[in-house]
Amino acid sequence: MYLIVAGGGKVGANVAASLLAMGHEVTLVEQRHDRFEKLEEQFGPIVLRGDATEIHVLERAGIERPPDIVLAVTGDDEDNLVIAQIAKEGYGVPKAIARVNDPRNQQHFDLLGITQTVCATSGILALVEHEVPQHGLVRLLELRQEGLEVVEIQIAGKSPAAGKRVAGLSLPEGVRLVSVTRNGVGEIAVGETVVRPGDRVIAILKPGLEDRLRRALVG
Amino acid sequence: MRAHDSHDVGYAHSMKAVVVGCGRVGSEVARQLAEDGWDVTTVDENAEALARLGRDWGGAFVVGHAMEADVLLRAGIETADAAVVATSGDNTNIVIGQVIQKRYGVRCVVVRVLDPRRAEFFEGLGLRTVCPTQTAISFLVDAVRASDLGPTRPAQGRA
Repeated sequence: MYLIVAGGGKVGANVAASLLAMGHEVTLVEQRHDRFEKLEEQFGPIVLRGDATEIHVLERAGIERPPDIVLAVTGDDEDNLVIAQIAKEGYGVPKAIARVNDPRNQQHFDLLGITQTVCATSGILALVEHEVPQHGLVRLLELRQEGLEVVEIQIAGKSPAAGKRVAGLSLPEGVRLVSVTRNGVGEIAVGETVVRPGDRVIAILKPGLEDRLRRALVG
Repeated sequence: MRAHDSHDVGYAHSMKAVVVGCGRVGSEVARQLAEDGWDVTTVDENAEALARLGRDWGGAFVVGHAMEADVLLRAGIETADAAVVATSGDNTNIVIGQVIQKRYGVRCVVVRVLDPRRAEFFEGLGLRTVCPTQTAISFLVDAVRASDLGPTRPAQGRA
């Protein structure tokens, strides 16, 4: 595959190194002079110095071929959005993956059709939340494009679901229980599966139904 | 009667404009629109930028970065008729301009983009851009052409 990596900071440089090791063809674009020199030492002529939001720089990087994937991973969300838009809308790049530095900017990426994004901050927060569940519900996975999410819920002793069979739970439409984990052992949830206090239940649902699911299981 | 209406009504009620970026360009755009009777709110992340609007500034001024949704909301973007985006960053302007256009449906959104190629590209995506660099290029070339000093058309008239 051919990939353009825009942004040669820690993320861009490490991703580029891994892609090269996998045998892919990569052009790495970095604007800052000091960084560029170090990258050139490490990677040689595949590093291009320039502002990847300038179209002529992208053209020198081979955007017209077009690449299979463009990775917009600079430290600036506006830059990443613009790079991804130019790649997708201007050059028909099949896949543009953008880094979101400030999770509050996620909504802008969604609005402008850049659906494949990675946000380290959100990811870390989700992991922390996993350790310290708020309101008993932890978001494990967000399938943005599919409009679904996977969550985990801890069942307490007083939960309305405790002691009931899955088939007997009054779950809202758009929610399906996937598994029940007891003492570290997970089982696929079927109608006959009984939910007990202390269990961790994984569910898949449409976003927005979290509260109703929580009320049905935890109370 | 009708023909008359369209002539001297002016604005039935005050039209509202949001100007993002209160630098040399944004501040003057804000002042001139206010002089024309627009209800203008200016946004800048730097509180000191307010000084650029002058002591007699009667419009609103919101401190904050317009990438943050609540900043645009505080500026009243939901009821704005027009928005001018002229911060010092091309990409910031491009993103904010598109957000104002697509999320808030503001009818007239104009964005300053210094890089001519980026301006042209996003113009193609439906964003109204103004490119001062392109304007300067055109004026400079026209000025020299109008001087009558340079080569005229492909060398003619040589016997």
